[in-house]
Amino acid sequence: MQVSIALNGATSEHEVEPRLLLVHYLRDVAGLTGTNVGCDTSSCGACTVLLDGMSVKSCTVLAVQADGRAVTTIEGLATNGELHPMQAAFREHHGLQCGFCTPGMVLAAVSLAAEGGAGDEAAVREGLEGNLCRCTGYQNIVAAVLDGANGNGVRS
Amino acid sequence: MITAPFDYVRADSVDHAVQLLGTHGEDAKLLAGGHSLLPLMKLRLATPSVLIDVGRLAELSYVRDGGDHVAIGALTSHHDVATSDMVATDVPLLRRVAGQIGDPQVRHLGTIGGSVVHGDPASDMPAAMLALRATFVTVGPGGQREHSVDGFFTGFLETAIGADEVLTEIRVPKVPMAGWSFQKFQRRAQDWAVVGVACVRNDTVGIGLVNMGSTSLRATAVEDALGSGASIADAAALADEGTEPVDDLNASPEYRRHLAHVLVRRALEEASR
Ligand SMILES: Cc1cc2nc3c(=O)[nH]c(=O)nc-3n(C[C@H](O)[C@H](O)[C@H](O)COP(=O)(O)OP(=O)(O)OC[C@H]3O[C@@H](n4cnc5c(N)ncnc54)[C@H](O)[C@@H]3O)c2cc1C
Ligand code: FES
Ligand code: FES
Repeated sequence: MQVSIALNGATSEHEVEPRLLLVHYLRDVAGLTGTNVGCDTSSCGACTVLLDGMSVKSCTVLAVQADGRAVTTIEGLATNGELHPMQAAFREHHGLQCGFCTPGMVLAAVSLAAEGGAGDEAAVREGLEGNLCRCTGYQNIVAAVLDGANGNGVRS
Repeated sequence: MITAPFDYVRADSVDHAVQLLGTHGEDAKLLAGGHSLLPLMKLRLATPSVLIDVGRLAELSYVRDGGDHVAIGALTSHHDVATSDMVATDVPLLRRVAGQIGDPQVRHLGTIGGSVVHGDPASDMPAAMLALRATFVTVGPGGQREHSVDGFFTGFLETAIGADEVLTEIRVPKVPMAGWSFQKFQRRAQDWAVVGVACVRNDTVGIGLVNMGSTSLRATAVEDALGSGASIADAAALADEGTEPVDDLNASPEYRRHLAHVLVRRALEEASR
């Protein structure tokens, strides 16, 4: 089936098998390998992208479900070489070690902030319950998200 | 993990979905949020030959005032249920339950209707439906039917909905003044319940149990005992009556029975404040 996805602001059109997962579309068809596969069972959040602005786990979405919709991956957050405030906050606070969870973590955080769910530490910790990090102990991630969410994560 | 191959069709309306179910027969499955169905298909525990995508039917995504009840479209996401002002005011238990399902990503795509029709005894939503005495509206080739929640969950991943029917609406009686409680005992933040209890209490009481058998169950013995004036402690001691909890990696049946007693007591105490 032919899909047309508004991928990071540009139209991405391809013929795909209905069973192709969105994460494989992004990595193997569109060549955007920033979206990682961790668990492949919708538990870890490494594959998180934005579908029409909302965080989803792309290992549990079919590419055909994203047809006609907007998908944002980590590659699509920066504009004109300038990091998105959430990305900048992760760098500033060193909210990563190996970086494997980071693309998913940043996109989950952008969605959380846009929904007004990143107001305090408890809300951020709960709002990131779908994203696992094996390295950092979360402390710096939470600090980054609280900072990056100032102004609701919207680029100032 | 990749699912087995299947054909994909998109329904433009409820009637179209019913028609497509008729055309493609028993091997076809409706796809809503896909958050129960796709994991099963990836493990090849489910291998439908056709997926009929109803996920885009905006006409089935709503929360409306139905007078004595809140009417919720089957395709309404857990996120939209959890953030609805009407649900918060008129059925606060439902808001809590929807808000504790999985994680934000799961709640953005998973739907209330998918949770109900999937009929998973480990799922929170069916237990809340039992506690709240919800009614389900389905549409099939023979027209519209209403189902009481009692008798709807017929077996493990089985419900009373016909293979040619679409669930369209969930009607939840308004209980703005009732006491309520949702006790979800889990090992980690995002986990499914080892055992869960949904409870509503006003002049009557409704209690639904998560993960205490092959279907979601009503704690009938507890409800009856309270109805005849038993104390909370005495009634809660009957919480595992008629249950058949499973043995799995998380807990033994004995431990689940123990949890049911404790969680039903806590739920009743909280709902009776
Ligand atoms: C990581 C993860 C964690 C989760 N945690 C929890 C949790 O803690 N508690 C919990 O309760 N649930 C949990 N879930 C399940 C989640 O709530 C599912 O979204 C929900 O059970 C199914 O909704 P869906 O829209 O995704 O349905 P789908 O997967 O699309 O469909 C499920 C079944 O229902 C049928 N169906 C769907 N809609 C209709 C309709 N309108 N009419 C007729 N048939 C229909 C489908 O054909 C299919 O058989 C979790 C899921 C995941 C992936
Ligand atoms: S890879 Fe999708 S949630 Fe882990
Ligand atoms: S930084 Fe390594 S998993 Fe999070």
